[in-house]
Amino acid sequence: MTTVKSNAVGWRGVDLLQLGLGGLTVASMAVAMWLSLAYAPAASNLAGDEQLAQRIFYVHMGCNIGALAGFVLSVVASSVYLVRRELDWDRVSQAAIEAGLLCGIGTILTGMFWAKPTWNTYWTWDPRLTTSTITVLVYLAYLLFRNGIDDRSVRARFGSIYAIVAFLSVPLTFYSARLFRSIHPVVYGAENADAQGDFRVGETMTQVLSWNLVAFCILFSALVVLRWRQLRNEDALAELREEVGS
Amino acid sequence: MGEEGLIVARKVAKRYGRKRVLNSVDLVVPQGEVMALLGANGAGKSTLMRIISGLTQPDRGEVLLGGVSTRRAGHEIRRYIGLVAHAPLLYDNLSGWDNLLFFARLYDLQRPAERVEAVLHAVDLWPRRHDVVRSYSRGMTQRLAIGRAILHDPPVLLLDEPDTGLDPASAETLAHLIRTLGASSRAILLTTHNLERAVLWADSITLLAEGKIAQSAPAARLTAETVRGWMAEI
Amino acid sequence: MAEQRAEQRAEQRAAEGLAAHPATMRAGGGGSAYFAKVGAIFAKDMRAEVRGREVFSTMTSFSVLAVLIFGLAFDLRVPRSEMIAPGVLWVVVLFAGVLGLNRSFGAEVDRGTLSALLLAPVDRSAIYFGKVLANLFFTLATTLVILAVMFFIFDVNLFHPYNLLAVLLGGIGYVGVGTLFAALTANNRARESMLPILLLPVMVPVFVAGVGLTAAIVDGKNFAELSQWFNLLAVFDAIFVVVAFLLFDLIWEDA
Repeated sequence: MTTVKSNAVGWRGVDLLQLGLGGLTVASMAVAMWLSLAYAPAASNLAGDEQLAQRIFYVHMGCNIGALAGFVLSVVASSVYLVRRELDWDRVSQAAIEAGLLCGIGTILTGMFWAKPTWNTYWTWDPRLTTSTITVLVYLAYLLFRNGIDDRSVRARFGSIYAIVAFLSVPLTFYSARLFRSIHPVVYGAENADAQGDFRVGETMTQVLSWNLVAFCILFSALVVLRWRQLRNEDALAELREEVGS
Repeated sequence: MGEEGLIVARKVAKRYGRKRVLNSVDLVVPQGEVMALLGANGAGKSTLMRIISGLTQPDRGEVLLGGVSTRRAGHEIRRYIGLVAHAPLLYDNLSGWDNLLFFARLYDLQRPAERVEAVLHAVDLWPRRHDVVRSYSRGMTQRLAIGRAILHDPPVLLLDEPDTGLDPASAETLAHLIRTLGASSRAILLTTHNLERAVLWADSITLLAEGKIAQSAPAARLTAETVRGWMAEI
Repeated sequence: MAEQRAEQRAEQRAAEGLAAHPATMRAGGGGSAYFAKVGAIFAKDMRAEVRGREVFSTMTSFSVLAVLIFGLAFDLRVPRSEMIAPGVLWVVVLFAGVLGLNRSFGAEVDRGTLSALLLAPVDRSAIYFGKVLANLFFTLATTLVILAVMFFIFDVNLFHPYNLLAVLLGGIGYVGVGTLFAALTANNRARESMLPILLLPVMVPVFVAGVGLTAAIVDGKNFAELSQWFNLLAVFDAIFVVVAFLLFDLIWEDA
């Protein structure tokens, strides 16, 4: 109990980590935005709105890597929590899911805005789109579920159990959605999942994309550390309140 | 094993949220003893019972049953525990017979039907055995709950207010059961609000107050008035 | 005085009866004892259902109602009912299943009998498998009713052996995860609404595979075209029953 308190207040190491990550995030994201919106060459085989929308692709892939990192980290942290029973791992898991959700929603929204001029629709039952939306719903349920549990350790344990089951379902969801589409008649003519290769990726584009992926990973780490620290302080505060109250 | 006590609680502490319910409780109930655990409402009696039964884990400290720590023992240790809790722990949509037969199977009893029949006779419910528990009176439900607790003949018997809602005749049956069960190789821990019964039924009296053991004495030297005096002091 | 003596004698007889039939427990147990306990929990839920008719009646009446509402909703918009029958079947099965799953631990919590189960020297996984069997029975029985209602309302015969196999495999995966989640949500502040929110997104593979299978069967595809779906369902069942079995032990470790 006392460890939480001493760690939560005045822990210089984490302060510095957070500050450093924050600065790095701002810098790398600024460069990433400049690279993707101005520096990267326009897609040569596209025109008009489609050509403009193609630039969303960099942010889209960045968000995607953030979501992936979040959900992978959550299943790792949840498993470690169930073995070690240290609340910090549960906090990491929750922070990772929250940051992953943010990125996941970003992925879907950027995808939809790209799809409107390109596929002429915001929404199709493309397997990737279906899977990412279901995944976001799965993890939103995680947050709602935790909310309904009062006891701190039960919340951590049940949350971890659910996070593991939820993560395992994602690949099966993707596989089932792909199988469904390959058997199902394709509704939107030729614009199916493979339409992603529609623009050629040149060398500069690859460099811009790599930079974006790294930048979004830094952003994701900064968000997780920030949120993890916040959750840690929340728990410490709740404990202090209890002590004052009793 | 026997000399240390069949039920041993060591420095048991438990808190629920902001409330510290138990504060380092040490308790020993030797084999063959009936101990009455007394205390005001909210003194932590039921929590201690649940912790000894293994239904709740203590934050600190441990419980040894027959020298074995409940935390380390597997589920097999639960064979040796019988609990009567505030809730009857019975299926109110099943008959008394079905209830006991179900639990007899969960406890791996050999010849379950014969044992259930004997227990139903002992708690005086044989004639009503095929009625659903929902139709039982409070006293009958409580008697069936006691029957469920003694079904597998556990050496550790925890009775949390077994006499609430019992009519005088049922209370007498219960007193007799406690006397006959407690005489042998068992350790019985019971709570009650009725101090006269506590002094009459138990071999020793332990008083719990503010999550701690406040008093402990053999029952033979006590009267209900003395105990009442203690409780008033607290 | 005489009355009292008679009473005492009666008591004595009762006590002697107890002594004459001591409780002897089979030590250890092993596999057969484990399955006996799984069976006891299943049988208990069945008996409670026969007595109380709480679960199956709710599930079937909801299902019949839902099929009728779907039929009414699509009546004038869909030219052939075979086009919607696969979707209707699986949506109704999944939603009706939630009703049963909610009761499976909800009833134990409401009656306070969960403690009695946890007090017994029973492996937690035996409780899980007992409940899985009971929930599977309710879900499959309800599905048969749904198929019968759909036969009359939509004039679609879905009692095809492959479709029944699909329902069985889908049901196992559904109930396997559903029972785990039902235990997780039994004490939740928002139990009734929490279970479908947790369960349905995780059930997408089962739902998609089920709809895919039933649609393919309605379209008269051969087994080779169905086998991918059956594989998916089998993989889902295998993964999640094992995972649920492993994780179930952790749920009540301090309760």
